[in-house]
Amino acid sequence: MPNTVPITVNVNGRSHSADVEPRTLLVHFLRETLNLTGTKIGCDTSQCGACVVKMNGVTVKSCTAFAVQADGADVTTIEGLAQDGNLTAVQEAFWDHHGLQCGYCTAGMIISVTEIIERNPNPSAEEVRAGLEGNMCRCTGYNNIVKAALAAAAAQQGG
Amino acid sequence: MFAAEFEYRKAGSIADAVRLLSENPGAKLLAGGHSLIPLMRFRLARPEVVIDIGGIDGLRGIRISDGSINIGALATHAEIANSADVQQANGLLAEAAGGIGDPAVRNRGTIGGNLAHADPASDWATVLTALGATVSLQGPSGSRTIAVGDFVEDAFATALAEDELITTVSVPVLAANQRAEYAKMAHPASFYAVVGGAVVVTMDGDRCTAASVAVGGLTPRPVKAAAVEQALSGTTLTMDSIADATSRLSEDLSAAGVDIIGDVYASADFRSQVAPVEVKHALLHAIGLAHH
Repeated sequence: MPNTVPITVNVNGRSHSADVEPRTLLVHFLRETLNLTGTKIGCDTSQCGACVVKMNGVTVKSCTAFAVQADGADVTTIEGLAQDGNLTAVQEAFWDHHGLQCGYCTAGMIISVTEIIERNPNPSAEEVRAGLEGNMCRCTGYNNIVKAALAAAAAQQGG
Repeated sequence: MFAAEFEYRKAGSIADAVRLLSENPGAKLLAGGHSLIPLMRFRLARPEVVIDIGGIDGLRGIRISDGSINIGALATHAEIANSADVQQANGLLAEAAGGIGDPAVRNRGTIGGNLAHADPASDWATVLTALGATVSLQGPSGSRTIAVGDFVEDAFATALAEDELITTVSVPVLAANQRAEYAKMAHPASFYAVVGGAVVVTMDGDRCTAASVAVGGLTPRPVKAAAVEQALSGTTLTMDSIADATSRLSEDLSAAGVDIIGDVYASADFRSQVAPVEVKHALLHAIGLAHH
Protein backbone atom coordinates (compact mmCIF):
# COMPACT_ATOMS: atom_id res chain seq x y z
CA MET A 1 0.00 0.00 0.00
CA PRO A 2 1.35 3.43 -0.85
CA ASN A 3 1.58 5.85 2.03
CA THR A 4 -1.10 8.51 2.04
CA VAL A 5 -1.65 11.81 3.79
CA PRO A 6 -5.07 13.22 4.70
CA ILE A 7 -5.70 16.69 3.28
CA THR A 8 -8.60 19.12 3.27
CA VAL A 9 -8.69 21.72 0.52
CA ASN A 10 -11.33 24.37 0.01
CA VAL A 11 -11.91 24.33 -3.75
CA ASN A 12 -14.30 26.86 -5.28
CA GLY A 13 -15.94 27.43 -1.91
CA ARG A 14 -16.44 23.75 -1.04
CA SER A 15 -14.36 21.80 1.39
CA HIS A 16 -12.92 18.56 0.03
CA SER A 17 -11.14 15.97 2.17
CA ALA A 18 -9.14 13.11 0.71
CA ASP A 19 -6.22 10.80 1.42
CA VAL A 20 -3.54 11.48 -1.18
CA GLU A 21 -0.18 10.03 -1.99
CA PRO A 22 2.40 12.71 -1.17
CA ARG A 23 3.60 12.71 -4.77
CA THR A 24 0.14 13.63 -6.07
CA LEU A 25 0.38 16.99 -7.80
CA LEU A 26 -2.25 19.63 -7.14
CA VAL A 27 -3.30 19.48 -10.80
CA HIS A 28 -3.85 15.71 -10.53
CA PHE A 29 -5.85 16.16 -7.33
CA LEU A 30 -8.08 18.74 -9.02
CA ARG A 31 -8.55 16.81 -12.25
CA GLU A 32 -8.61 13.20 -11.10
CA THR A 33 -9.82 13.27 -7.50
CA LEU A 34 -12.29 16.15 -7.80
CA ASN A 35 -13.03 15.70 -11.53
CA LEU A 36 -12.44 19.42 -12.14
CA THR A 37 -10.96 18.94 -15.59
CA GLY A 38 -11.15 22.59 -16.68
CA THR A 39 -7.57 22.99 -15.43
CA LYS A 40 -5.23 21.52 -18.05
CA ILE A 41 -1.81 19.93 -18.04
CA GLY A 42 0.29 21.40 -20.84
CA CYS A 43 4.05 21.44 -20.73
CA ASP A 44 4.22 19.74 -17.32
CA THR A 45 7.36 21.76 -16.57
CA SER A 46 5.93 25.00 -15.06
CA GLN A 47 6.44 27.03 -18.22
CA CYS A 48 3.17 27.04 -20.20
CA GLY A 49 0.56 28.12 -17.65
CA ALA A 50 -2.27 25.80 -18.78
CA CYS A 51 -2.50 24.56 -15.17
CA VAL A 52 -2.67 27.95 -13.45
CA VAL A 53 -5.15 28.12 -10.57
CA LYS A 54 -5.53 30.52 -7.70
CA MET A 55 -4.31 29.36 -4.29
CA ASN A 56 -4.66 31.53 -1.20
CA GLY A 57 -5.20 34.59 -3.35
CA VAL A 58 -2.35 34.22 -5.84
CA THR A 59 -1.86 32.38 -9.12
CA VAL A 60 0.15 29.18 -8.95
CA LYS A 61 1.13 26.53 -11.47
CA SER A 62 -0.69 23.50 -10.16
CA CYS A 63 1.71 21.14 -11.96
CA THR A 64 4.46 22.43 -9.67
CA ALA A 65 2.76 22.01 -6.30
CA PHE A 66 2.07 18.81 -4.40
CA ALA A 67 -1.53 18.42 -3.29
CA VAL A 68 -0.28 18.10 0.30
CA GLN A 69 0.99 21.68 0.04
CA ALA A 70 -2.59 22.80 -0.57
CA ASP A 71 -3.80 21.27 2.71
CA GLY A 72 -5.91 23.96 4.38
CA ALA A 73 -5.69 26.27 1.36
CA ASP A 74 -8.38 28.04 -0.63
CA VAL A 75 -8.14 27.11 -4.30
CA THR A 76 -10.11 28.61 -7.18
CA THR A 77 -10.24 26.90 -10.56
CA ILE A 78 -11.94 27.96 -13.78
CA GLU A 79 -15.06 26.08 -12.60
CA GLY A 80 -15.30 28.39 -9.59
CA LEU A 81 -15.46 31.72 -11.40
CA ALA A 82 -19.01 31.89 -12.80
CA GLN A 83 -21.65 32.31 -10.10
CA ASP A 84 -25.15 30.90 -10.71
CA GLY A 85 -24.34 30.55 -14.40
CA ASN A 86 -23.27 34.17 -14.75
CA LEU A 87 -19.85 34.49 -16.36
CA THR A 88 -17.34 36.93 -14.84
CA ALA A 89 -16.37 40.06 -16.75
CA VAL A 90 -13.13 38.34 -17.81
CA GLN A 91 -14.97 35.28 -19.10
CA GLU A 92 -17.49 37.48 -20.94
CA ALA A 93 -14.66 39.46 -22.52
CA PHE A 94 -12.87 36.29 -23.72
CA TRP A 95 -16.17 35.24 -25.33
CA ASP A 96 -16.87 38.64 -26.88
CA HIS A 97 -13.35 39.17 -28.23
CA HIS A 98 -12.69 35.61 -29.36
CA GLY A 99 -9.90 35.33 -26.80
CA LEU A 100 -9.38 31.65 -27.54
CA GLN A 101 -8.77 29.40 -30.48
CA CYS A 102 -8.31 25.76 -29.46
CA GLY A 103 -9.11 26.66 -25.86
CA TYR A 104 -6.41 24.60 -24.18
CA CYS A 105 -4.68 27.60 -22.57
CA THR A 106 -7.95 29.38 -21.76
CA ALA A 107 -8.52 28.29 -18.17
CA GLY A 108 -5.03 29.37 -17.17
CA MET A 109 -5.28 32.57 -19.22
CA ILE A 110 -8.57 33.57 -17.55
CA ILE A 111 -7.28 32.85 -14.03
CA SER A 112 -4.12 34.89 -14.77
CA VAL A 113 -6.02 37.78 -16.40
CA THR A 114 -8.36 37.86 -13.40
CA GLU A 115 -5.36 38.30 -11.11
CA ILE A 116 -3.76 40.94 -13.36
CA ILE A 117 -6.93 43.06 -13.18
CA GLU A 118 -7.35 42.52 -9.44
CA ARG A 119 -3.87 43.91 -8.85
CA ASN A 120 -4.05 46.61 -11.47
CA PRO A 121 -7.64 47.57 -12.39
CA ASN A 122 -6.55 49.65 -15.38
CA PRO A 123 -3.62 47.84 -17.02
CA SER A 124 -1.96 48.84 -20.30
CA ALA A 125 -1.61 46.29 -23.09
CA GLU A 126 2.07 46.06 -22.19
CA GLU A 127 1.24 45.31 -18.55
CA VAL A 128 -1.22 42.62 -19.61
CA ARG A 129 1.44 41.01 -21.79
CA ALA A 130 3.98 41.14 -18.93
CA GLY A 131 1.40 39.61 -16.61
CA LEU A 132 0.83 36.78 -19.09
CA GLU A 133 4.53 35.94 -19.50
CA GLY A 134 3.92 32.56 -17.92
CA ASN A 135 0.88 31.65 -20.02
CA MET A 136 1.50 30.35 -23.50
CA CYS A 137 -1.01 30.11 -26.34
CA ARG A 138 0.32 27.68 -28.91
CA CYS A 139 -2.33 28.91 -31.37
CA THR A 140 -0.53 32.27 -30.93
CA GLY A 141 -3.85 34.01 -30.34
CA TYR A 142 -2.34 36.61 -28.03
CA ASN A 143 -3.81 39.73 -29.66
CA ASN A 144 -7.39 38.78 -28.87
CA ILE A 145 -6.43 37.58 -25.40
CA VAL A 146 -4.90 41.00 -24.67
CA LYS A 147 -7.96 42.72 -26.18
CA ALA A 148 -10.21 40.61 -23.97
CA ALA A 149 -8.17 41.48 -20.87
CA LEU A 150 -8.34 45.20 -21.63
CA ALA A 151 -12.07 44.99 -22.36
CA ALA A 152 -12.67 43.12 -19.08
CA ALA A 153 -10.74 45.78 -17.16
CA ALA A 154 -12.77 48.52 -18.85
CA ALA A 155 -16.03 46.69 -18.13
CA GLN A 156 -15.13 46.37 -14.47
CA GLN A 157 -14.31 50.06 -14.33
CA GLY A 158 -17.87 50.64 -15.54
CA GLY A 159 -16.61 51.66 -18.98
CA MET B 1 4.94 12.89 -14.71
CA PHE B 2 5.01 11.58 -11.19
CA ALA B 3 7.83 11.79 -8.71
CA ALA B 4 9.05 8.58 -7.15
CA GLU B 5 7.25 7.69 -3.93
CA PHE B 6 8.35 9.51 -0.82
CA GLU B 7 7.31 10.01 2.77
CA TYR B 8 5.96 13.43 3.65
CA ARG B 9 6.78 15.23 6.91
CA LYS B 10 5.59 18.66 7.84
CA ALA B 11 7.84 20.77 10.07
CA GLY B 12 6.09 23.11 12.49
CA SER B 13 9.13 25.18 13.44
CA ILE B 14 12.78 25.74 12.54
CA ALA B 15 13.84 23.45 15.42
CA ASP B 16 11.39 20.81 14.20
CA ALA B 17 12.85 21.02 10.68
CA VAL B 18 16.41 20.60 12.00
CA ARG B 19 15.32 17.61 14.10
CA LEU B 20 13.59 15.99 11.10
CA LEU B 21 16.69 16.59 8.96
CA SER B 22 18.89 14.96 11.60
CA GLU B 23 16.56 11.97 11.86
CA ASN B 24 16.23 11.47 8.10
CA PRO B 25 19.59 11.54 6.33
CA GLY B 26 19.14 12.35 2.65
CA ALA B 27 15.81 14.08 3.21
CA LYS B 28 15.00 17.11 1.07
CA LEU B 29 13.39 20.34 2.23
CA LEU B 30 10.28 21.53 0.41
CA ALA B 31 9.48 25.25 0.45
CA GLY B 32 7.78 26.67 -2.66
CA GLY B 33 8.76 23.56 -4.59
CA HIS B 34 9.77 25.35 -7.77
CA SER B 35 13.20 23.78 -7.88
CA LEU B 36 12.61 20.52 -6.02
CA ILE B 37 9.35 19.39 -7.60
CA PRO B 38 10.63 19.55 -11.21
CA LEU B 39 13.78 17.66 -10.14
CA MET B 40 11.71 14.98 -8.43
CA ARG B 41 9.35 14.65 -11.38
CA PHE B 42 12.24 14.11 -13.75
CA ARG B 43 13.59 11.69 -11.12
CA LEU B 44 16.83 13.61 -10.94
CA ALA B 45 16.08 13.68 -7.21
CA ARG B 46 14.50 10.71 -5.41
CA PRO B 47 14.46 11.59 -1.72
CA GLU B 48 12.84 8.99 0.52
CA VAL B 49 11.63 11.72 2.86
CA VAL B 50 10.49 15.24 2.01
CA ILE B 51 10.21 17.75 4.85
CA ASP B 52 7.72 20.53 4.15
CA ILE B 53 8.95 23.77 5.72
CA GLY B 54 6.33 25.88 3.92
CA GLY B 55 4.28 26.41 7.07
CA ILE B 56 7.05 27.73 9.34
CA ASP B 57 6.19 31.30 10.33
CA GLY B 58 9.72 31.89 11.67
CA LEU B 59 11.05 31.70 8.09
CA ARG B 60 8.75 34.42 6.76
CA GLY B 61 8.90 38.16 6.46
CA ILE B 62 11.23 40.93 5.35
CA ARG B 63 12.68 43.25 8.03
CA ILE B 64 15.05 46.16 7.57
CA SER B 65 17.27 47.21 10.47
CA ASP B 66 20.78 48.61 10.99
CA GLY B 67 21.50 48.95 7.29
CA SER B 68 20.53 45.37 6.53
CA ILE B 69 17.55 43.88 4.71
CA ASN B 70 16.81 40.58 6.44
CA ILE B 71 14.72 38.32 4.22
CA GLY B 72 13.14 35.15 5.57
CA ALA B 73 14.07 32.08 3.54
CA LEU B 74 10.40 31.54 2.65
CA ALA B 75 9.96 35.01 1.15
CA THR B 76 8.70 34.55 -2.39
CA HIS B 77 10.20 36.37 -5.35
CA ALA B 78 6.85 38.21 -5.68
CA GLU B 79 6.94 39.37 -2.04
CA ILE B 80 10.45 40.75 -2.53
CA ALA B 81 9.60 42.38 -5.88
CA ASN B 82 6.45 44.02 -4.50
CA SER B 83 7.85 45.18 -1.15
CA ALA B 84 7.89 48.98 -1.02
CA ASP B 85 10.53 48.79 1.73
CA VAL B 86 12.82 46.66 -0.45
CA GLN B 87 12.28 48.90 -3.46
CA GLN B 88 13.35 51.85 -1.33
CA ALA B 89 16.30 50.20 0.42
CA ASN B 90 17.80 48.26 -2.48
CA GLY B 91 16.11 48.67 -5.84
CA LEU B 92 18.23 45.94 -7.42
CA LEU B 93 16.77 43.30 -5.09
CA ALA B 94 13.22 44.18 -6.10
CA GLU B 95 14.14 44.43 -9.77
CA ALA B 96 15.95 41.08 -9.81
CA ALA B 97 13.07 39.40 -7.98
CA GLY B 98 10.60 40.79 -10.52
CA GLY B 99 12.64 39.36 -13.40
CA ILE B 100 12.62 35.76 -12.19
CA GLY B 101 10.41 33.33 -14.09
CA ASP B 102 6.86 34.57 -14.58
CA PRO B 103 4.17 35.89 -12.18
CA ALA B 104 2.88 32.47 -11.07
CA VAL B 105 6.41 31.18 -10.55
CA ARG B 106 7.28 34.29 -8.51
CA ASN B 107 4.20 33.68 -6.35
CA ARG B 108 5.56 30.30 -5.21
CA GLY B 109 9.33 30.29 -5.64
CA THR B 110 11.32 31.35 -2.57
CA ILE B 111 14.70 33.05 -2.17
CA GLY B 112 15.88 30.34 0.22
CA GLY B 113 14.85 27.53 -2.08
CA ASN B 114 16.47 29.21 -5.04
CA LEU B 115 19.81 29.55 -3.23
CA ALA B 116 19.74 26.03 -1.78
CA HIS B 117 19.09 24.59 -5.25
CA ALA B 118 22.11 26.50 -6.63
CA ASP B 119 21.15 26.29 -10.27
CA PRO B 120 23.94 27.91 -12.32
CA ALA B 121 21.20 29.89 -14.10
CA SER B 122 19.91 31.37 -10.82
CA ASP B 123 19.52 35.14 -10.88
CA TRP B 124 19.70 35.34 -7.09
CA ALA B 125 23.13 33.74 -6.75
CA THR B 126 24.71 36.25 -9.12
CA VAL B 127 22.87 39.31 -7.81
CA LEU B 128 23.40 38.46 -4.13
CA THR B 129 27.09 37.74 -4.73
CA ALA B 130 27.57 41.19 -6.24
CA LEU B 131 25.59 42.78 -3.40
CA GLY B 132 27.76 41.09 -0.75
CA ALA B 133 24.75 39.34 0.81
CA THR B 134 25.03 36.67 3.50
CA VAL B 135 22.93 33.62 4.36
CA SER B 136 22.21 32.42 7.89
CA LEU B 137 22.02 28.66 8.35
CA GLN B 138 20.55 26.76 11.27
CA GLY B 139 21.72 23.30 12.27
CA PRO B 140 21.54 21.09 15.37
CA SER B 141 24.54 22.77 17.00
CA GLY B 142 23.53 26.35 16.29
CA SER B 143 23.52 28.92 13.54
CA ARG B 144 26.22 30.31 11.27
CA THR B 145 26.37 33.04 8.68
CA ILE B 146 28.37 32.95 5.45
CA ALA B 147 28.66 35.06 2.32
CA VAL B 148 26.46 34.00 -0.61
CA GLY B 149 29.63 33.99 -2.73
CA ASP B 150 31.03 31.25 -0.48
CA PHE B 151 27.72 29.46 0.05
CA VAL B 152 27.34 28.52 -3.61
CA GLU B 153 30.22 26.10 -4.19
CA ASP B 154 29.45 24.56 -7.56
CA ALA B 155 26.56 23.71 -9.89
CA PHE B 156 23.77 22.45 -7.60
CA ALA B 157 26.21 22.26 -4.67
CA THR B 158 26.30 24.50 -1.61
CA ALA B 159 27.94 24.76 1.80
CA LEU B 160 24.67 23.62 3.39
CA ALA B 161 25.22 20.56 5.59
CA GLU B 162 22.69 17.72 5.42
CA ASP B 163 21.16 18.76 8.74
CA GLU B 164 21.08 22.52 8.11
CA LEU B 165 18.53 24.84 6.57
CA ILE B 166 18.67 28.44 5.38
CA THR B 167 16.79 30.76 7.74
CA THR B 168 17.61 34.28 6.52
CA VAL B 169 19.24 36.08 3.62
CA SER B 170 20.72 39.44 4.63
CA VAL B 171 21.46 42.12 2.07
CA PRO B 172 23.03 45.53 2.70
CA VAL B 173 20.87 48.60 2.22
CA LEU B 174 22.42 50.59 -0.65
CA ALA B 175 24.06 53.88 0.29
CA ALA B 176 22.86 57.07 -1.38
CA ASN B 177 25.96 57.14 -3.60
CA GLN B 178 25.69 53.49 -4.66
CA ARG B 179 24.07 52.28 -7.86
CA ALA B 180 23.28 48.63 -8.53
CA GLU B 181 21.96 46.86 -11.60
CA TYR B 182 21.53 43.42 -13.12
CA ALA B 183 21.31 42.58 -16.81
CA LYS B 184 20.66 39.15 -18.22
CA MET B 185 20.11 37.27 -21.40
CA ALA B 186 17.09 35.23 -20.37
CA HIS B 187 15.98 31.92 -21.82
CA PRO B 188 12.78 32.79 -23.67
CA ALA B 189 10.62 30.08 -22.08
CA SER B 190 11.90 29.73 -18.54
CA PHE B 191 13.44 33.21 -18.16
CA TYR B 192 16.42 31.56 -16.48
CA ALA B 193 19.68 33.47 -16.98
CA VAL B 194 21.69 32.17 -19.94
CA VAL B 195 24.18 34.84 -18.92
CA GLY B 196 23.71 37.43 -16.17
CA GLY B 197 25.86 40.28 -14.90
CA ALA B 198 25.29 42.16 -11.63
CA VAL B 199 27.11 45.33 -10.61
CA VAL B 200 27.27 47.62 -7.59
CA VAL B 201 29.22 50.86 -8.04
CA THR B 202 29.98 53.46 -5.40
CA MET B 203 30.15 56.87 -7.01
CA ASP B 204 31.75 60.21 -6.22
CA GLY B 205 30.18 62.34 -8.92
CA ASP B 206 31.09 60.64 -12.21
CA ARG B 207 33.99 58.78 -10.63
CA CYS B 208 33.62 55.22 -9.43
CA THR B 209 35.36 54.78 -6.06
CA ALA B 210 34.53 51.08 -5.59
CA ALA B 211 32.90 48.37 -7.68
CA SER B 212 31.50 44.91 -7.10
CA VAL B 213 30.82 42.81 -10.19
CA ALA B 214 29.60 39.22 -10.52
CA VAL B 215 28.60 37.12 -13.50
CA GLY B 216 26.58 33.91 -13.59
CA GLY B 217 24.57 31.68 -15.86
CA LEU B 218 27.64 30.80 -17.91
CA THR B 219 29.57 29.35 -14.98
CA PRO B 220 28.75 26.61 -12.45
CA ARG B 221 28.70 29.22 -9.69
CA PRO B 222 28.83 33.02 -9.79
CA VAL B 223 32.25 34.44 -10.57
CA LYS B 224 33.40 37.64 -8.91
CA ALA B 225 35.10 39.79 -11.53
CA ALA B 226 38.11 41.24 -9.70
CA ALA B 227 39.89 42.49 -12.82
CA VAL B 228 36.79 44.34 -13.99
CA GLU B 229 36.25 45.76 -10.50
CA GLN B 230 39.84 46.96 -10.36
CA ALA B 231 39.55 48.61 -13.77
CA LEU B 232 36.40 50.44 -12.70
CA SER B 233 37.66 51.63 -9.31
CA GLY B 234 39.03 55.16 -9.37
CA THR B 235 37.82 55.64 -12.94
CA THR B 236 35.43 58.22 -14.35
CA LEU B 237 32.67 56.10 -15.83
CA THR B 238 32.04 56.74 -19.51
CA MET B 239 31.00 54.53 -22.41
CA ASP B 240 34.68 54.05 -23.23
CA SER B 241 35.99 53.38 -19.72
CA ILE B 242 33.15 50.92 -19.09
CA ALA B 243 33.87 49.09 -22.36
CA ASP B 244 37.58 48.93 -21.42
CA ALA B 245 36.82 47.58 -17.97
CA THR B 246 34.34 44.93 -19.11
CA SER B 247 36.77 43.69 -21.76
CA ARG B 248 38.82 42.35 -18.86
CA LEU B 249 36.10 39.90 -17.84
CA SER B 250 37.81 37.12 -19.81
CA GLU B 251 40.77 37.41 -17.38
CA ASP B 252 38.39 36.87 -14.47
CA LEU B 253 36.73 33.87 -16.11
CA SER B 254 40.15 32.31 -16.77
CA ALA B 255 41.34 33.02 -13.24
CA ALA B 256 38.23 31.42 -11.75
CA GLY B 257 39.31 28.11 -13.29
CA VAL B 258 35.75 27.01 -14.06
CA ASP B 259 34.28 25.46 -17.18
CA ILE B 260 32.05 27.72 -19.24
CA ILE B 261 28.64 26.14 -19.69
CA GLY B 262 27.43 25.34 -23.20
CA ASP B 263 24.19 23.65 -24.21
CA VAL B 264 21.73 23.37 -27.10
CA TYR B 265 20.49 26.89 -26.46
CA ALA B 266 23.82 28.72 -26.25
CA SER B 267 27.37 27.48 -26.74
CA ALA B 268 30.14 28.17 -24.25
CA ASP B 269 31.85 30.45 -26.75
CA PHE B 270 28.66 32.43 -27.31
CA ARG B 271 28.06 32.81 -23.57
CA SER B 272 31.64 34.01 -23.10
CA GLN B 273 31.07 36.68 -25.71
CA VAL B 274 27.76 37.78 -24.19
CA ALA B 275 28.98 38.02 -20.59
CA PRO B 276 30.93 41.30 -20.90
CA VAL B 277 28.02 42.76 -22.86
CA GLU B 278 25.61 42.03 -20.00
CA VAL B 279 28.03 43.54 -17.48
CA LYS B 280 28.37 46.58 -19.70
CA HIS B 281 24.59 46.92 -19.95
CA ALA B 282 24.27 46.66 -16.19
CA LEU B 283 26.92 49.37 -15.69
CA LEU B 284 25.39 51.69 -18.29
CA HIS B 285 21.97 51.28 -16.66
CA ALA B 286 23.47 51.81 -13.22
CA ILE B 287 24.92 55.20 -14.09
CA GLY B 288 22.05 56.31 -16.31
CA LEU B 289 23.78 56.07 -19.70
CA ALA B 290 21.21 53.52 -20.86
CA HIS B 291 17.70 52.62 -19.81
CA HIS B 292 15.63 49.47 -19.76
